[in-house]
Amino acid sequence: MALSLEEVRKVALLARLQFTEEELVELTSQMGDILKYVDQLSELDTEGIEPMAHAAEVQNVFADDIQQPSLPREVIMENAPKHDGKYYRVPAVLGDE
Amino acid sequence: MSILEYSATELKKKLEAKELTSVEVVTAYLNQIKEYDGEIRAFSFVNEEEALNQAAEVDSRRKRGEKVGLLAGIPVAVKEVLATEGQKTTCSSKMLENFVSPYNATVVQKIKDEDGILLGRTNMDEFAMGSSTENSAFGATSNPWNTDYVPGGSSGGAAACVAADMAPLSLGTDTGGSIRQPAGLCGIVGLKPTYGRVSRYGLVAFASSLDQVGPMTRTVADSALLLQAIAGHDRLDSTSANVEVPDYLNDLEKPLAGLRLGVVTEHFGEGLDEEVRQAVNDSIEVYRSLGATISEVSLPHNKYGIAAYYLIAPSEASSNLARYDGVHYGYRADEREIWQELTEERHRLVADGDERSATSPLVKMYCKTRSEGFGAEVKRRIMLGTYALSAGYYDAYYLKALKVRRLIQKDYLEAFKEVDLLIGPVTPTPAFKTGEKTGDPLSMYLGDLFTVCTNLAGVAAISIPCGFSKDGLPIGLQLQSPQFHEQQLLRVAHMYQTQTDWHIKRAPLAS
Amino acid sequence: MKLKMTDSTEQKNGSLPYEMIIGLEVHVQLKTETKLFCRCSTKFGAEPNTQTCPVCIGMPGALPVMNRRAYDLAIKTALALDIGIPHFTKWDRKNYYYPDLPRGYQISQFDLPLSEGGKLEISDPKGGFKTKNVGITRAHLEDDAGKSLHDEASGKADTRIDLNRTGTPLLEIVSEPDMSSPQEAKGYLTELKLLLTYLEVSDCNMQEGSLRVDANVNLKIQNGNETVYTPIVEVKNMNSFRAVERAVAYEAKRQYTVWQETGLVKGQLPKQTRGWDDSAQITRAQREKEDASDYRYFPEPDLCPAVITEEEIASYRATLPELPGAIRKRLQGDFDLNPYDADVIVNQGQGGVDYYEELAKECGDGKQASNWFQQDVLRKLNESETTFAEFSLQPSRLAGLLLAVQKKEVDTTRAKDVFGVMYEKNLTAQEGMKELGIEQVDTSALSDLCKMLLEKNPQVVEDVKSGKKQAVGALIGQAKKANPNVNPGEVRKVCLDLIEQG
Ligand SMILES: [Mg+2]
Ligand SMILES: [Zn+2]
Repeated sequence: MALSLEEVRKVALLARLQFTEEELVELTSQMGDILKYVDQLSELDTEGIEPMAHAAEVQNVFADDIQQPSLPREVIMENAPKHDGKYYRVPAVLGDE
Repeated sequence: MSILEYSATELKKKLEAKELTSVEVVTAYLNQIKEYDGEIRAFSFVNEEEALNQAAEVDSRRKRGEKVGLLAGIPVAVKEVLATEGQKTTCSSKMLENFVSPYNATVVQKIKDEDGILLGRTNMDEFAMGSSTENSAFGATSNPWNTDYVPGGSSGGAAACVAADMAPLSLGTDTGGSIRQPAGLCGIVGLKPTYGRVSRYGLVAFASSLDQVGPMTRTVADSALLLQAIAGHDRLDSTSANVEVPDYLNDLEKPLAGLRLGVVTEHFGEGLDEEVRQAVNDSIEVYRSLGATISEVSLPHNKYGIAAYYLIAPSEASSNLARYDGVHYGYRADEREIWQELTEERHRLVADGDERSATSPLVKMYCKTRSEGFGAEVKRRIMLGTYALSAGYYDAYYLKALKVRRLIQKDYLEAFKEVDLLIGPVTPTPAFKTGEKTGDPLSMYLGDLFTVCTNLAGVAAISIPCGFSKDGLPIGLQLQSPQFHEQQLLRVAHMYQTQTDWHIKRAPLAS
Repeated sequence: MKLKMTDSTEQKNGSLPYEMIIGLEVHVQLKTETKLFCRCSTKFGAEPNTQTCPVCIGMPGALPVMNRRAYDLAIKTALALDIGIPHFTKWDRKNYYYPDLPRGYQISQFDLPLSEGGKLEISDPKGGFKTKNVGITRAHLEDDAGKSLHDEASGKADTRIDLNRTGTPLLEIVSEPDMSSPQEAKGYLTELKLLLTYLEVSDCNMQEGSLRVDANVNLKIQNGNETVYTPIVEVKNMNSFRAVERAVAYEAKRQYTVWQETGLVKGQLPKQTRGWDDSAQITRAQREKEDASDYRYFPEPDLCPAVITEEEIASYRATLPELPGAIRKRLQGDFDLNPYDADVIVNQGQGGVDYYEELAKECGDGKQASNWFQQDVLRKLNESETTFAEFSLQPSRLAGLLLAVQKKEVDTTRAKDVFGVMYEKNLTAQEGMKELGIEQVDTSALSDLCKMLLEKNPQVVEDVKSGKKQAVGALIGQAKKANPNVNPGEVRKVCLDLIEQG
């Protein structure tokens, strides 16, 4: 599967990244190389093989529904790039719902 | 002997015998850091004042005859990727340059609970993505054996600080080889425990299903000591294994009768450096001479490891790193610049008569923030992972990789029916020069050939020094075990160190 | 586009040129103390950003751990809806960027939800629609996002974010497109809410956002010989069941008009999202997000799968209470109630059903108990704003009054007064009657009273003797004036007897 510049541009928006045109060209070529390399997986017949999403065999891990203290708001807000002491602040979402 | 020459295990004895104080130990290490870290740049932060206070406090408790922890008074360096309360947890990224964690990673808490001294934080590839520690927003770390060379990565600072005697114990993390590879390239011991053996709580995720925290030390015994302190079930980590932690320290000297070692055929193929091949073969002979049975085993899907890994890890990373969006913590792009770029875009669109496709201020904030906050390698992997998970490609890439991962795991299960441990090289070559591979990500990725499958299968592995290249660069030997067989891994690795002195050799530091 | 809306009752006349196809997606907040993946409180109404921690705020390194109770409640709900429980479930990440979603992904159950065979019976005792089963496509657990406060006026000022709600456990219940009128849609929601209330899995409070509804609506139109379908529209922002009813009705008309104008059918347009504007009573198109719909689902590596055995499912099943549908049928059978009365009682919740049943059993007359329950008990309950659990006039005490009425110790009108005084002063029926001076007037006293009245009213005697028995009625008022506790029927009977005896 050859990778096009337009596809890379679309993926960039999906990933919320922006690149200059030169960066996009370089990225398209680098990603293309990597994808060509990983295409070797297609030579393997994996019909009926169960995908492995976890390395651990752990199952049924739950915590009791018992409240524990939250963090003080000052502590949370200290790390926020923009806040008013009560809320996080972000640029208007403009019609984005 | 000077303080810096003692292993952590020896320091522990001296401290317990009150032949040394923790303040003396910490002071010696702080001095070493002052003298040499300007050149090596292993640390991103040195916890000078607090480390000394902590040391004095442990000393006085010991003096009063109070109970002290397993690591009492011994300095521990912590990789930037492990959350530490009240300290900057930057992951060597501009994105988290000013992020102060409000909580401790479980492993950090355990070090504190065992009275270890938090010496400082070590440099790494940004968000643990890389194999050279060149991808740090705060500058590259150098290999103490030759500063023109990389220390490996992503735990490059963690490896270099031990190799340069700037810390006796160091915590690294390993997603595809990030403990073992730099350990190998810096001539120290690095252990990647079984997935689930050590809590990931507070380990800033790169690829959650692959990440593990592990010890990086001068000797195998020291790794056993540090693993003892950090291993165990954690209710805050759902993937943490509820499996009993054995006594790694006491078992270390136990003899190993009938040890069966498997040499992985696929690890000795094309691309393996001759010097590395020789050093590893010599090590195999050491084991043979100690009575081990050596046989060849095959991991037929090993060669697909890199391909599977570079789909799975970036996919998980693309999601794990979505949280760095300039809203809740971390870096945010300058607001005036955001509006300026939007205005410019609008002018362009008006000219093209296409105003409807204007970017919303929020989306602009996200894109600009993330593009400025992340370095090139991180962005590349986010892009790769986003692509592999996106509609239309999921089955061909991500899902396919998960199936291949299963095949790789099955290979291990089969191999471990025949042999107790697998033995082979850690890296195809010794350390490469700084800048040598930066323009070619794929060739950098291919260096992980012998390490990634361990993470994909979730088994344990250790890297120990086993020789030097003609250029004087360290070569590492890798041993791999079934899940939760760290005990055996440590015993067999320790056995090697009782017969060889590679781990005693010190880097020739120039002050 | 502005559309003229006619009265929604037009929907009922059956002469519409189309059939509506409605499916509903309901998000209910599960009744837990803490969030789905951390132990922050889920209490509503706290100061902004005071109920968050490293886990729910998605801080670097923090990891989720599944809330046991949320999982239990989800399983219980699925069983009550007849949904098959898969023996293996896992969690997935749904990736998208929004400031109220601090991790950048929602944790949900994407490809292995609770599913298969689910259904909910809906009916309308008033006969608005026929009883039917609405299929349940799936139900799955997921965590909620936070709240964004937009600056509506300028659209320029910052949006403010509150993450208190972030991570609250939700159960998303998706129905099949089995409803074909706004009434059915409302009926489904009402029944679902009732069921969830009986199960005690959710507060279902729409005002506090613990129950949210999205509707998928389109039309099946018979166009000459061919059947066509309009494009599916997802309607959001409806904040009451009434709003759902209206929004769905509006949307049907709108789609029909658009179809008449454009002829566009399903498949020719992508699925559109429209928001219900309650003040304007219309739906409005919502802007699509830049790259909506590519959520890049993949298995959540930080959570391990949950496995459940048949035995465990059986033990969950054993904890289920009797459900509304079953109770309705049982009340009709056991107490000879009509569907309407049974429905009213069941709608009061488990406390109401328990109250009614005890009342009916102790007084031995289901119909009488139902009347008193619906008229007097419910009114008092509403007036005093209490619940059945808090209601002081217990059914056994009230049954005493109903029995007295049956035995004609007190007439129904007077019994209402007794009910009042029993409630106010915490009295038994006998004490209440005594309090009001209602005592059984003994036979000789009644006889004396009647004799006295007949003597005073010879005309009445004459009339009765000539065949006009109803003339006795004139005496009843006088009898009650003389003694408010006399039973009108008794007075009538004794007077007639006396006249006959001459
Ligand atoms: Mg949902
Ligand atoms: Zn929380």
